[in-house]
This record gives sequence, C-alpha cells and structure tokens, in this order.
Amino acid sequence: MESWEILLQQVINGVSLGAMYALLALGFTMVYGIIELINFAHFNIFMVGSFIAMWVMQLMGFTGQSHVLYGLPLTAMLVFVLCVTMVATGVLGALIERFGLRALRGVSGTAPMITTIGLSYILFNVILLGAGADTKNYSNPMPNIRWEFGDAVLHLRELILWGVSLVLMLALHYFVRRTKMGKAMQATAQDQEAARMVGVDVDRVVIITFFIGSALAGAAGVIFGLYYNYTNFGIGYTAGLRAFTAAVLGGIGNIPGAMLGGVLIGLIESLGGQYLAVRWTDVIIFSILVLVLVFRPTGLLGRASPTKS
Amino acid sequence: MPISDAPQTQSQRRPPLLEFNDVNTYYGELHVLKGVNYRVGDGEIVCLLGGNASGKSTTMKTILGIVRPKSGVVTYAGKPIDRLPTAERVRRGIAPVPEARRLFPRMTVLENLEMGAFTRTDTDEIEADKERVFGLFPRVKERLTQLAGTLSGGEQQMVAMGRALMARPKLLCMDEPSMGLSPAFVEQVFDIIQAINKQGTSIFMVEQNANMALSIADYGYVLQTGEVVLQGSAQSLRDNEMVQQAYLGEMKAQ
Ligand SMILES: Nc1ncnc2c1ncn2[C@@H]1O[C@H](COP(=O)(O)OP(=O)(O)OP(=O)(O)O)[C@@H](O)[C@H]1O
Ligand SMILES: [Mg+2]
Repeated sequence: MESWEILLQQVINGVSLGAMYALLALGFTMVYGIIELINFAHFNIFMVGSFIAMWVMQLMGFTGQSHVLYGLPLTAMLVFVLCVTMVATGVLGALIERFGLRALRGVSGTAPMITTIGLSYILFNVILLGAGADTKNYSNPMPNIRWEFGDAVLHLRELILWGVSLVLMLALHYFVRRTKMGKAMQATAQDQEAARMVGVDVDRVVIITFFIGSALAGAAGVIFGLYYNYTNFGIGYTAGLRAFTAAVLGGIGNIPGAMLGGVLIGLIESLGGQYLAVRWTDVIIFSILVLVLVFRPTGLLGRASPTKS
Repeated sequence: MPISDAPQTQSQRRPPLLEFNDVNTYYGELHVLKGVNYRVGDGEIVCLLGGNASGKSTTMKTILGIVRPKSGVVTYAGKPIDRLPTAERVRRGIAPVPEARRLFPRMTVLENLEMGAFTRTDTDEIEADKERVFGLFPRVKERLTQLAGTLSGGEQQMVAMGRALMARPKLLCMDEPSMGLSPAFVEQVFDIIQAINKQGTSIFMVEQNANMALSIADYGYVLQTGEVVLQGSAQSLRDNEMVQQAYLGEMKAQ
C-alpha cells in the first residue's frame, strides 16, 4: 500500500469509530450539561444496547451472516432494529434516572456518581449472568459491497453507519434548538432554578435527557455490533472511556463538542494505531484526557456549565 | 410584638389574591420565615421591606415553590398552593422577576422572552404579549438577537420583567427590581411597574428602595429576621417613625 492509501484507509476507519464515539459521548455530555453528573451507567447501557439489537435480529431470524438484504428491505430492517433498541435503552436510562438517581438529586459530593458506577455494575452482571461471558458473533444483514480507492477500501456498511450517526445527530440538533422541550433543556442547563421559575418541569427535562442520551447509546451499541461483527459483556468499558474522553475533549456539557470530540478520538485511535502501535492507543487517548483536564478543562468548544449569570 | 394598624386599613382592602397564614420556612435547621402573614389584594401593589437576610427573597421563593414551608398555608386565588410544583403555580398565573434577574445567559433576548411564555400554548396571544413588552421596553426590541449574558444590568432588568410578563401573570413577584440601577432608570422602572399594575396585574415587590416602593404601593410589610414587625397602608408606613429611621433615612435628612 502507498502511504496515501494507508492514510485514507485509517481516516475511513477513524470516522467510523468516531461516529460511534460521538453518539456515545452525547449521552455523557447531555446529562452532565443538565445536572452536572457523570453517568457511568452509560457505558453499560451502550453494551446492553448491542445485545438487545442482536437479540431482536435473532428473533427476526438473522443469525451471524446468514441472510443478506438489499435496498428497501435492508433499510426497513435496520430502521426497525435501531428503533426497537433505542426505545429499549432509552427506557432503561429513564428507569435508572427515576428509580436509581432521582432520590439523590441535589445531594452534593460524589454519592450520585458512585451510584452510577454501582448501577453500571448491575447491568454488566445481568448481561454476564444472563448471556454468558463468551463473545457473540453478531447478526449482520448488510451486503459486502465495497469501493476501492487504490488499496484503501470503503464498505457499504461504513457508509450506512456514518449515515445513521449523521441523521441521529442532526435530529438531536433540531430537537434541542427548535422544539419546546429542547429549549427547556437548554434553559435547565443554563440556570435550573430560573427554568423552574418560568414553569419548566425540571424532573421531566432530566428524565427525557436520560432517555435521549441512552437511546443514542443504544444506537452506538448497534453500530458497534454491525461494525465489528461481535459483541461481548465487556465492550462498555473501552468504548465508554473513549467516548467519555471525547466528551471532555469537546467540552463536557457541550453538544457540538461531543460530536467533534468523538470524531477526533476515532481518528486518533485509528491513525495512532497505524503510525505508532495499537498497544499505544489507550496511552495516547488517556494522555489526551489528562492533558485536556490539566491545560484546558473547558475542552475545545467550551464547557457548558450552568452559570448563574 | 408586631405592631399593626391593621383593623381599619385591612378591611378596606381588595379581596385577597395571595395570602400567607402563619408560614414557617426553613433551610435545613435555619428558621427563616417565622410564622408570617401576608396578604396581597387583587389588583394591589404590595411592598415588602426589610434588612439584609431578613427573609425577603425566601418569601418570594416560598410563593413560587422553590422552597416549601414547613408549616402554614399559602393561598392563591382562593386555593392552597403549598403542594403544587412551581410549574403549576406559573401556569396559574404567578410569575417572578427574581433577584439578580436570572436570565438564561446563552440564549438570545428573544429566546428569553419566549421562555417566559413556556407554559402557554396560545400562539397568537403570545405574539400580542411580545408587542406589549416591546411597547413597555422599546430597548428590548432593539436587542432581540443579543445573548442575554452580554446585556448591561439595566437591560437585563428590562428583559427579566419582559420575560415575566410573557407569562401573562395575575401576580408578579419582583425581588428588588431597582437593584443596581441608576437613579434615573429606577424611576422609569417604577413607572413601568405602575403601568403594568394598571393593566391589571397584582404586584408583590421586595424593595430596599423604600421611598420609591412606598410611593407606588397600596400596602406594605416590614420584615425583621423573619417576622413581620410592621404593616399598613403605604401612607401609614411612610409616616411611621420606625420606618423613617430605618428605611427612609434620606427623606428625614431633606
Ligand atoms: N438556599 C439557602 N440555603 C441555606 N440558607 C439560605 C438559603 N437561601 C437563603 N438562606 C439564608 O436565609 C436567610 C434569609 O435569606 P434571604 O435571601 O431570604 O434574605 P433577604 O431578605 O432576601 O436578604 P437580601 O436583602 O440580602 O437579599 C439568610 O440568612 C440566608 O443566608
Ligand atoms: Mg434577597
């Protein structure tokens, strides 16, 4: 391979990873933006999402790469699986907020954050006990269509995954900027008490934020499975920590920041793996986390902390 | 011992829109409101005077439900509202102009005004109320696309009042509307408060600027470390020696 082909291939890989990290980072950043809580349960909501999608596909008769679909049937099937998974993980996130975290709202210190770690362990162990520790071969109905640019290859499934991420991010952007509930979220993030005083039901905003963030994590879980063709009870930690780094890099609490941070971390992972060594990827990514926290804690696009103006 | 000229003036007042009956509010162990009674008649301007940390802002937060009283009853429009969430109180017609304005700093002026109408769905009427706000505050109309966090203090006060009016409130609760404003602008703000009141909105107002507040108010209360120590018609408070000494110092000097 020529050097430009290698670079192009790694950029393709990096954008694919980045799209997934961006979706996952959005959940961290939205919840943090609203209630200043780092939700570690998010890691494993993502993992549960990848299992739910796999089970849904199995119930529909897809195991491994047994069936391949094209055109409209493929689109319909992917939309269906995504919707079911996103609703399921969204509800899971909402339940976690309502029954696991709401009672701790307003408790200062680390208690709420530690609780999210505990909840994350519960999800982890439920899947471990329920589905076993072995790695599952993922259902995948996408045809192996590919385009070659020299030796660099772009697969149809990568294009599909980019498209899915893009559509979800645009939808989120529209929701937050244009709808009444989106405005209520912005208001709550900027000044919770003032939001209450104009009549925003803050409890409702918080639970909807968890729902949306968790639904996006579910979508990221689907993308993970379709991209790597496997899932496993342990996938939440690596991907989750990288997505968390992406959220911090972009500026935690900042929605466009999470998207930018996600793509950057994806590119760093793939390019770093190529030009340095795969075993250095984590070192690079966590060095970035530490460096950002030390030298620019507000991240690239600025942290959206609820200011009392 | 609370001093009061209540009997005759109270009976001449309008029917109550808001009432506090023996309300006690705490922050944890800290007892802030100690069995207070207020009454805001329908269509009145009532002002609440008091020194720092006497519980004025806590009174406003108790009305809005940001803090809940431990005992006592808050009645609004004839019904107890203590159990209602803030959003429901806003829906029923209570709107605040909070201490330090509390605009949404990274939203534009227009978005802030629209947030004021958050609980409403009557789009046409909302547009009409926007025009009404622009009529009261022409400056606000010139600043619609500016981020609220970058406005001057005086402009922020106008937007905060405009935002509250966008809820089309029956009762406007203002916490120190004159704070940090130049004397000329304070006068303008009080004129506008009077105009708002004439358009049919009752006003409960916390003020340090007792002179100004009593000049437009119908009735007033004086709060000291969480207790109402004095109440009466605005005129009777202006004539009261204790009020003159404590809050109207500059008037005595004239
Ligand atoms: N959220 C809170 N938690 C704990 N204590 C509080 C809280 N808010 C107010 N307090 C305390 O309650 C007391 C009354 O406060 P409040 O804000 O009602 O005073 P105020 O009359 O509005 O004073 P000022 O004129 O300075 O605005 C003060 O001692 C204050 O420190
Ligand atoms: Mg105050």
